Amino acid sequence: MSEIEKLLNPSDFEAFQKKIVEGRDPNRTAVAVCSGPGCLAYASGKVFDRFKVELLESGLAEEVTLAQTGCHGFCERGPSVVILPDEICYLRVSPDDVKEIIETTLRGGGIVERLLYKGEDGLPVQKESDIPFYKHQQKVVFGDNKRIDPRSIDDYIARGGYTALVKAITTMSPETVIAEVKESGLRGRGGGGFPAGAKWEATAKPPADTRYVIVNADEGDPGAYMDRGILEGNPHSVIEGLMIGGYAIGANEGYIYVRQEYPLAIDNVLYALEVLREIGLLGENILGTGFNFDIIVHKGAGAFVSGESSALMSAIEGRVGEPRPKYIRTSISGLRGKPSCLNNVETWANVPLIINKGADWFKSIGTEGSKGTKIFSLVGNVKNTGLVEVPMGMTLRQIIFDIGGGIRDDKEFKAVQTGGPSGGVIPEDMLDLHVDYDELYAAGSMMGSGGMIVMDKDTCMVNVAKYFLEFLSDESCGKCVPCRDGIDQLLEVLQRLTSGNALEEDLELIEDISLMMKECALCGLGQSAPNPVLSSIKYFKDEYIAHIAEKRCPGGVCKALIAYTIDKEKCIGCGKCMKVCPVAAITGEKKSPHKINNALCVKCDSCYQECPAKVQAVTKIRQADVITAFATSEEAANE
Amino acid sequence: MLGKLAAVDKIIEAHGSEREGLIQILLDIQREFRWLPKDILEHVSKRLDVPINYIYNLTTFYAHFSLVPKGRHSMHVCMGTACHVRGAERLLERTSKVLGIKPGQTSRDEKFSLDTVNCLGACALGPVMIADDEYLSNPTMEDIRRKADSCE
Ligand SMILES: Cc1cc2nc3c(=O)[nH]c(=O)nc-3n(C[C@H](O)[C@H](O)[C@H](O)COP(=O)(O)O)c2cc1C
Ligand code: FES
Ligand code: FES
Repeated sequence: MSEIEKLLNPSDFEAFQKKIVEGRDPNRTAVAVCSGPGCLAYASGKVFDRFKVELLESGLAEEVTLAQTGCHGFCERGPSVVILPDEICYLRVSPDDVKEIIETTLRGGGIVERLLYKGEDGLPVQKESDIPFYKHQQKVVFGDNKRIDPRSIDDYIARGGYTALVKAITTMSPETVIAEVKESGLRGRGGGGFPAGAKWEATAKPPADTRYVIVNADEGDPGAYMDRGILEGNPHSVIEGLMIGGYAIGANEGYIYVRQEYPLAIDNVLYALEVLREIGLLGENILGTGFNFDIIVHKGAGAFVSGESSALMSAIEGRVGEPRPKYIRTSISGLRGKPSCLNNVETWANVPLIINKGADWFKSIGTEGSKGTKIFSLVGNVKNTGLVEVPMGMTLRQIIFDIGGGIRDDKEFKAVQTGGPSGGVIPEDMLDLHVDYDELYAAGSMMGSGGMIVMDKDTCMVNVAKYFLEFLSDESCGKCVPCRDGIDQLLEVLQRLTSGNALEEDLELIEDISLMMKECALCGLGQSAPNPVLSSIKYFKDEYIAHIAEKRCPGGVCKALIAYTIDKEKCIGCGKCMKVCPVAAITGEKKSPHKINNALCVKCDSCYQECPAKVQAVTKIRQADVITAFATSEEAANE
Repeated sequence: MLGKLAAVDKIIEAHGSEREGLIQILLDIQREFRWLPKDILEHVSKRLDVPINYIYNLTTFYAHFSLVPKGRHSMHVCMGTACHVRGAERLLERTSKVLGIKPGQTSRDEKFSLDTVNCLGACALGPVMIADDEYLSNPTMEDIRRKADSCE
């Protein structure tokens, strides 16, 4: 920060902003080392440390800005290092590459070609935005991560940060702010897609002495990390949105409910709040406008159901985070019985953009019913794992193939799962579906918070349905019977299916239980719990039938139904499978076909994975066929 | 013992002795001691004037709290959806076999704890686990054994 001086009025802020902007050279070289969770896992911390040391040694430390930033998006190729202002994107950077980057690029103005992305044509791509993964995205919420040190409010303000807040509290009435958000068509990014403006209005309306605005950063979807990406990388954008919401709704206190598993997000938010208090953008009489506002961080102790709005508010009160019936909405009686407005991280982060650029700009992006962009965590069996931000309405095919690069190991696509444990799977013939709230809902899935899990042909849809039920069975709070017992009943059926003991009638039973849960469960968890099962039956009924009628798992996943064998025609006798087998079930001489003893095999899948892709001698067969398979191979051996 | 309770008192003071702060207090205690010992919970119950069963209600509801000691080394296997479709179940089995404990358990010598988590944000490495601070991407039994052997 430039210097600590309390900002007492809007012109103080203007001067403060001007000073920051003028003090910056737009052509100054900056190195953004990603420290998002993916890159950290690839040891990007060491890359950053090395830059720090080497920059000092090379004498360039004064001329170059070095920052540890939030997720850049392309986690697949982490650690990601972007050199600004030219946006040179280096991928898979290791500490040993640092010296060369400094000498070649920072000092010499050249390119380290081997660290660039190589396209399908084998040609290197220099600029980040030219890489196919980034090229098709539209990053309005998530794009600043590489340009912002999350610990620097100056960086945020230099990019226009807090101008929306100042605009709102100095030139707009609370009603006009709400009207603008309503007009924008912004819908909640955390689950149901409820219109944000309408919720704000409903919270502002009832007479009350106190109101609350709350950020939902519980991010319970077990395959998603976009909220983490925003909070870690650009905490001020969420805080600014929350403050604008506080002003519009008439709240003086905001909460950020963030899961304790996100320590970096928590630290960055706490640090940001501290700085805001110091310069007077948080506290009493902000910029002399009479607006009082402060923010408290509440750490979530790990319960999926506590991400539900009424449950989350109970958790903030220090109680068990269980939902309550919704005949009184939280917008009327929420936290401590006061009108409370809860929105998701990404919803709040959109607000400053809407205030600054206007509802019309926001509306120009997206589809009829879903405006703006959405961040997805594109993961699973996809080539380019990462966080992607696209305009609403882009097709699944564009997201998975153009951005995601298609299926890992060039396998066949089977399905994509959206909406987390409340959502569903979407099959190949629906890949041209335009992703927005309504289209996904119509397809039997949901937008949810933005998890997008790609599944290849080696995925078992019955197993995936069981996976979500197991998750929900663990996470159901047990308060209402339809959910608690319904999930367990469904799970029993799914267990019968995956162990080959199900009957055809079981599919009807699933429908019956599901209907009961949808109608009777207390909260969204139970009401939507059947979705993963129902949608997979809808689109992949043949897989269910195969489990029942043939005791066969087409994906080759369900342990009770599969067995491993080695195709002696294909086996080259490399011995890799034998080496990796934990129970010595594989035998064979070098350079001659190997054999699996199914009596010893524990089906750990190691041999299947280890067998070279060009060989593919290890194959999965039906457990029921094992005896015969053995007989034939014995016979063959005797020949 | 006194030292222990003094540390707890410090945590309580940092959050104010209101019932509302209870979860935050318990989180800090869990972080400090790596589990929630009974004597400490009784102390918290007295200091905050909250019945002990209320505290147990919380500690059994939220997944992060542990009422048994955790090992000196933690092994966390990701069971998030992205890792699931890449074979997380089998990774968990392998880890469990190497360590000789089931998920949620601590080894008898209190050396290792094995737990599951949901999405570490490192889906690109999936199926992935964290052994203390080190991320292991789809490790074989051999890899896990090597890591375990390197732990003190
Ligand atoms: C079981 C359950 C879990 C939920 N978990 C989350 C979550 O982790 N994050 C989130 O933003 N919303 C979650 N929601 C949705 C919230 O209840 C609420 O609708 C949302 O936070 C409102 O914000 P939005 O309108 O901006 O989406 C969950 C809902 C249910 C029923
Ligand atoms: S964590 Fe670095 S690109 Fe996502
Ligand atoms: S699901 Fe395992 S890291 Fe994301």
